[in-house]
Amino acid sequence: MNGFLIEHAPALLIMLPLIGAFATPFIGRVSPRIRSAWVILIMTLTTLTALLLASDVFLNGTQIYVFGAANPDLAVPLDSGGIPIRIIFTVDAMSALMQVIGAICGFAVLLYSISADRIHSGLESFYTLFLLMIAGIMGMVSTGDLFNFFVFLEILSIASAGLIAYRIDGGLAVEAALKYFVLSTIGAMVILVAIGIYYGEYNALNIAMIASRMQFTLLDQIALVLIIAALAMKCGSVPMHFWTPDAYSMAPSSITAMLVVASQASLYGLFRVVFTLYNVTLNAMTVGWIIIILGVLSMVVGVTMAIPQKNVKRLMAYHAISQTGYMLLGVGVGLAVLGNQPLMDSFGYIAMEGGIFHIINHAMYKGLLFLTAGAIFFRIGTYNLNRMGGLGHSMKYTMIFFIIGALAIAGIPPFNGFASKLMIYESVFAFNPVLAVIAMVVSILTLASFVKVFHSIFMGPKLPEYETVQEAPAPMLIGMAVLAAIVILFGLFPQAVVDGLIAPAAHALSDQSGYIAAVLGGA
Amino acid sequence: MFWNLPFIAVVALSLIGLATVVTKKNLIKIFLGINIFEAAVNLFLISLGYREGGIAPIFTSAPSTDMVMATPQALTLTSIVIGVATSALLLSFAVIIWKKYGTIDTDQIRRLRE
Repeated sequence: MNGFLIEHAPALLIMLPLIGAFATPFIGRVSPRIRSAWVILIMTLTTLTALLLASDVFLNGTQIYVFGAANPDLAVPLDSGGIPIRIIFTVDAMSALMQVIGAICGFAVLLYSISADRIHSGLESFYTLFLLMIAGIMGMVSTGDLFNFFVFLEILSIASAGLIAYRIDGGLAVEAALKYFVLSTIGAMVILVAIGIYYGEYNALNIAMIASRMQFTLLDQIALVLIIAALAMKCGSVPMHFWTPDAYSMAPSSITAMLVVASQASLYGLFRVVFTLYNVTLNAMTVGWIIIILGVLSMVVGVTMAIPQKNVKRLMAYHAISQTGYMLLGVGVGLAVLGNQPLMDSFGYIAMEGGIFHIINHAMYKGLLFLTAGAIFFRIGTYNLNRMGGLGHSMKYTMIFFIIGALAIAGIPPFNGFASKLMIYESVFAFNPVLAVIAMVVSILTLASFVKVFHSIFMGPKLPEYETVQEAPAPMLIGMAVLAAIVILFGLFPQAVVDGLIAPAAHALSDQSGYIAAVLGGA
Repeated sequence: MFWNLPFIAVVALSLIGLATVVTKKNLIKIFLGINIFEAAVNLFLISLGYREGGIAPIFTSAPSTDMVMATPQALTLTSIVIGVATSALLLSFAVIIWKKYGTIDTDQIRRLRE
């Protein structure tokens, strides 16, 4: 039974949220309570499947799943002449890590959302889109087929755009969603052009197949530029970041936390293309530096734009841009020394591990921060920092969670942000000291900015208009507590996490031949 | 030169589409620009799949074995379906913007900035 479940887990991971999503409107007609139970049940099953699959992948290595084949691991049909024609899911350690991030964040956010979004109407569609978002994220990070990646990217964008616009809010939320959706549609089309180029050149859509035939001709360079531009836009890196603050600040807070994970799924796509599709065939130094520059720009511009913000969610959104820069920086340094084994061993792998570790850490503490902002909005109805104050008296637990998140994002020990940032500082310093100094300065500015936010939200005397404010309801606190617990655990035992989860993911990402061998067999 | 015509059309259409998105102020025209760009991408996929003299890959009493791989057609169909969903969502956004703001001019849809 267990073996059967693990064998079919990649398919279940998409099936469960999809079935759950399309059944939700019907179940919602029976009663809202049963609908909530149903959505939680689906999300729990999805999370368990993701954890089961991840434990298997980390133990036994890459798992593939071929849809419609006689046997799920029969990637190349016997009569096809060596071409994998079916849609295939390739779950290696990196994909499994991203699935775990998506599942845990989705689960915590859902618990929070059940009570936070209760006041809205049309919740059947809300949870339908929520589960579609989960399905999109899971599909993007597990697929081994480029066109399939595009399809899941579109599922994710359409569901996200619908959810960003969900609170209409006098048209403001729709304006933000419009901006996001126009950009992501054009981005997705650009990706489709690149996929068409690959297909025309190599007659394949399978990532492993294209990777094994990769020539790095002029056309491949054009395709690479198109894909990097589109996915860097989707993950909100400067200079294509302008949709991020609008979309993040206008979406309901639970959805903002999921949008963080969605951006990271795009980031995963970027890394997958660069490392698995191209790997050493591309000019690693040049492309590595392009990604490093994108990262440094995001870090600096993000944090400087964050400081003057008055809206707490806009401020956090700019910090999200800035933190994305750290991941790009870490993995970019890893890419820049790819193919140079001594340098790779001395700091390349550590840089990549730091960048990837920062992805999971960021999803946890940024999700937590957005959820606390949502809890505050839930009680006082404003995001404006100038109109807040003295909430520390009445919302103690929210304050504690906010402190945990803020210290983690600023990279203060013993929280998880410190662990990953330290790895990035150390390895980047060995590569280029200036970059490490910039990273540290950005971190200090982040801390300064969050001290200001903390002071204006929680400190000071109790304001008369917030005399009756209560602590956030228990389910919201539980959702935040799940994320806060992970932030602290990862901060206390970083070495165990790095050895167990992050290092296999970094090695899987940089090991192109292993990926190809897992799909096509042989080496 | 002649076989390159579809690809020249692809480039022309995508430039027209992108230029429309960038220069026009009317939301509906922007959406039309996106649709033109989508059409260009679909044309690109379809032209990739063209083989001169190829027939549909149905093996029953096939007159020749020179067959066309059906993948690009399948991709294009999927992409058209996604395009329809995208257009529907974009247009529904335009409807709400019109109801709330009373305009679909992008110069006046910037309340988020203030």
